[in-house]
Amino acid sequence: MAADASPPDPSPHPSPRGAGRGGTEGGGEPIVELEGVTKVYKLGDVEVQALRGVTLSVRKGEFVAVMGASGSGKSTLMNILGCLDKPTAGEFRLDQQPISKLDSDGLARIRNKTLGFVFQSFNLLSRTTALENVELPLLYADVPAAERHARAREALERVGLSERIHHHPNQMSGGQQQRVAIARALVTRPKVILADEPTGNLDSETSVEVMTLFQDLWSTGITILLVTHEPDIAGFSGRVISMKDGRVRLDRTQKPEDARKALAAAVAQRQDEQRQEEQAREHGAAQT
Amino acid sequence: MTGVQTVRIAGKALMRNKLRSFLTALGIIIGVGAVIAMVAIGDGAKAMVEQSFAAMGSNLLVVMSGSTTAGGAHGGFGSMPTITWDDLAAIQREVPTIQYAAPQLRSNAQVITEEQNWMTSVTGTTADYFLVRSWPTASGATFGASDIDGATKVVVLGQTVSEKLFGPNADAVGQMVRIRNIPFQVVGVLARKGQSPMGQDYDDGVFIPSTTFMTKIQGGLKKYLQGTIMASARSGDETSKAQRQITALLRERHNLPKGVDDDFSIRNLAEMASAQQEGTKTLTTLLASIAAVSLLVGGVGIMNIMLVSVTERTREIGLRMAVGARRFDILTQFLVEALTLSIAGGIIGVALGLAIGQQLSSRFGWPMLIRPQIIFIAVGFSAVVGIGFGLYPARKASRLDPIDALRFE
Repeated sequence: MAADASPPDPSPHPSPRGAGRGGTEGGGEPIVELEGVTKVYKLGDVEVQALRGVTLSVRKGEFVAVMGASGSGKSTLMNILGCLDKPTAGEFRLDQQPISKLDSDGLARIRNKTLGFVFQSFNLLSRTTALENVELPLLYADVPAAERHARAREALERVGLSERIHHHPNQMSGGQQQRVAIARALVTRPKVILADEPTGNLDSETSVEVMTLFQDLWSTGITILLVTHEPDIAGFSGRVISMKDGRVRLDRTQKPEDARKALAAAVAQRQDEQRQEEQAREHGAAQT
Repeated sequence: MTGVQTVRIAGKALMRNKLRSFLTALGIIIGVGAVIAMVAIGDGAKAMVEQSFAAMGSNLLVVMSGSTTAGGAHGGFGSMPTITWDDLAAIQREVPTIQYAAPQLRSNAQVITEEQNWMTSVTGTTADYFLVRSWPTASGATFGASDIDGATKVVVLGQTVSEKLFGPNADAVGQMVRIRNIPFQVVGVLARKGQSPMGQDYDDGVFIPSTTFMTKIQGGLKKYLQGTIMASARSGDETSKAQRQITALLRERHNLPKGVDDDFSIRNLAEMASAQQEGTKTLTTLLASIAAVSLLVGGVGIMNIMLVSVTERTREIGLRMAVGARRFDILTQFLVEALTLSIAGGIIGVALGLAIGQQLSSRFGWPMLIRPQIIFIAVGFSAVVGIGFGLYPARKASRLDPIDALRFE
């Protein structure tokens, strides 16, 4: 994908750090708040400082892309935001609730009720229908069967897969599988969706499809945090946070319109390329 | 998460890998099957021993004379007559727990008819003998009190003797036979009784009045009873009590002071029967415990496969945790899988065990006895095995770190 051709260039401009926490747009109350969060891993005798004091605030309805090279601490940050791991020091509040004091069952509850996960490798259960995959989080929320089915259907409709609810993952394309995974993240009506490299295993065309879906969700007011290492993917979000050496280095917001324009341009370019390819093929066919 | 859902998830997980699930359960199936078959056959053997002891007579006590000591060699019980006819009368009269008591005088003799002859045992006794042994006649009747008093020459034949002398199906009643050249009239033929626990044919013998026996067959001292007394207690519970009462009575009658050994012995067949049953019980227990070991091996098989399954499904576990499964949910999921395997194996094993028991019992002609509680114990035990061996893998699964689990390749 040649994103550099699209008009609002999302490639990182070294803007001053004072872009301000939480973005100027959206204006909702803070839903994710990190204050001086550090994380230290022990690998044998060596201590690894994965996060060296991250302070961050995300407001309701924001679409944030977290970028950074491997080792920058973005995965660690994502694990903490996902309540899969606890910070070594610092404060983490999710939806005004302090997370540090919760035990493993409490964290499981937060993951179930407040968060929705989308993974790079989809993580769907094999030999299990799309519907059952989407129902999975509701099983752990003790939702009665009838409501479970209804909500799972609704979520699959929302991602445009109502025709394939009884398909198994191996009968679906990568993009469709990722959309099932997004439906699974949506089904609990979470406050925040966490997506860890959601386009990492997809080709550029399906990546654009999935990002379109994320933008649609954003426009309905869902808070999305997305980890990616692709600048053009980050460019489809409302705010880009760059991590380096366990710290936030850049925090830049853009208007939702600009993000949409970027995506529309990518889609248009994609279509252009396809048209050219077809023409080239027709041309080639005509010549022979 | 509700129990029903946990069971459904476990069932689905097992059905995803049907062959492996079946092979895993096979250990339990064989273990439970073996236990059921062994216990069924063991119980059958026990019932057979019970049957053969019941054939000897109900609640039987055998009173035997004491032993002689000649030149330091002890002659064994019965070698010296110590029991008198008066002792027998006293037992009949004075021991309340004894229902019937009859003498048993034994000798071997050739029984001869016009065409045939047969060497068999001749027993001199009274009518009570047939009550003691609970032995009815197939045709005719046994001799009565008047035959004893009159020492008449009548004989009751055992089934085998009747067949040897008169052929199968022939009615011997009214025929004449000669024993030691003395003609006897056959008054009855006994019903078939079968074999003793030691393999002796009960039906190979003839019975004549004790008085006739003493005058025509045996000779010797008339005061002493040159044989044994067969007595039956009123009920199975009273055999030991009857044994003590007879002992006390005979010691008193024989004027035995304290500290002197009995000059007679009493055999309690109920006790012998229970000793025999102990034997078969020990055998059953032994076989069943070997079978139980194979059940344990089956449990190890379950543990092994569950551990493999936990490793294989690490990502699934990570995902379930990420979408909100608590550690307890994961623990119960794997525990229920192990439990489902073991209980299903147990139920199939019961069916298999019953089939094997049926086959063996029809082949060896043993009765097969199934105590319903054995089935419950077997299935319950396999459930315990499932929980016991499923716990470790399930705990391992529930303790996984969700981050590592999600990253697991």
